[in-house]
Amino acid sequence: MSLHDKYAAFVWPAYAITALVFAWMAIDTLLRARHWRKQAERLGSDDTP
Amino acid sequence: MFAALANPHRFMGFSRWAAPLLGVVAVLLIAPGLWLGFAAPPDYQQGTTVRIMFIHVPAAQSAMFVYACLGGASFFSLVFRHALADAAARAAAPLGAAFTALALVTGSLWGRPMWGAWWVWDARLTSVLVLFLLFVGYMALRAAIDDEARAARAGAILALVGLINLPIIYFSVDWWNSLHQGESIFRPGGPAIATVFLIPLGLMSFGYLAAFGALWLERTRAEIWRRRAQIAAVQAAGR
Repeated sequence: MSLHDKYAAFVWPAYAITALVFAWMAIDTLLRARHWRKQAERLGSDDTP
Repeated sequence: MFAALANPHRFMGFSRWAAPLLGVVAVLLIAPGLWLGFAAPPDYQQGTTVRIMFIHVPAAQSAMFVYACLGGASFFSLVFRHALADAAARAAAPLGAAFTALALVTGSLWGRPMWGAWWVWDARLTSVLVLFLLFVGYMALRAAIDDEARAARAGAILALVGLINLPIIYFSVDWWNSLHQGESIFRPGGPAIATVFLIPLGLMSFGYLAAFGALWLERTRAEIWRRRAQIAAVQAAGR
C-alpha cells in the first residue's frame, strides 16, 4: 500500500495504535509476571514452581 | 481437562510451556496474516481502508471472546469459590479492555472515511462501548474493595450480569437499523467476503485469539504468584 494513498492517514494510524496496544499488553504481562514471581521467591513462598 | 487444571500447581506446570507455545502460534498466524492483508487488492468500494478490517474485526471478536472467558471464569469463581477461576477472571479483564479499545479506535478510523463520522450512536457501536465500560467497571470495582473475597464476589456478579451484552452486540445489526454492516462471515450461504480478504482475516482472527491465550495464561500465572507472595508476606509477619 502506498504511503501516500488517499486513505493512508486512516490505515497507518490504525495499525500503529494496534502495534502499540499489543506491545503494551505483552510488556505489561511479562513485567507483571516477573515482578510477582520474584516477590514470591523472595518471600519464600512454599509452592513457587 | 478443566478439572485437572483447576489445581494451581498443575496449572502452573501446564501454563509454563503452553503460554510461550501460544505466543509462537500467534506470531506464526499474525505475520502471514499481515503480509497477505497488505498484499490484498483494494476493495472496489472501500479502497485501501478495507485493510483496517484485518485488525478491527479480530479485535472486536477477541473482545467478545475475552468477555465470554471472563464470564465463564466468574461463574466458576462465584459458584464453586475456586481461587484459580477468580485469578483467571481478574487476569482477563485488562486484556479484554485493551481489545475492546482497539475495536473502538480502529472502527472509528475506518468509519470516518467510509461513513463521514468518527462516531455514531449506532446499536453496534454503543453496545461495544458498553462492553468496554463493563471491563473497566469490573477492574474499578475490584480495585475499590480491599477484601479480596468480597471483591471477587462483586466482580463475578457484575461480569455475569454483563454477559447479557454479548448477544446484544452480536445481533444488534439484525435487531436495529444500523450503519454498521451486517454479519458477513458466519451467515447462511457462506461468507460474503472474497477469499482474498477472508484468508488474511481468518489468520489474523486466530492469531489474535492465540495471542490472548498466551497473555491470559501468563497474567493468570502472575496473579497466582501475587497471591502466593501475599500469603508468604502474611506468614512472615506472623512469625
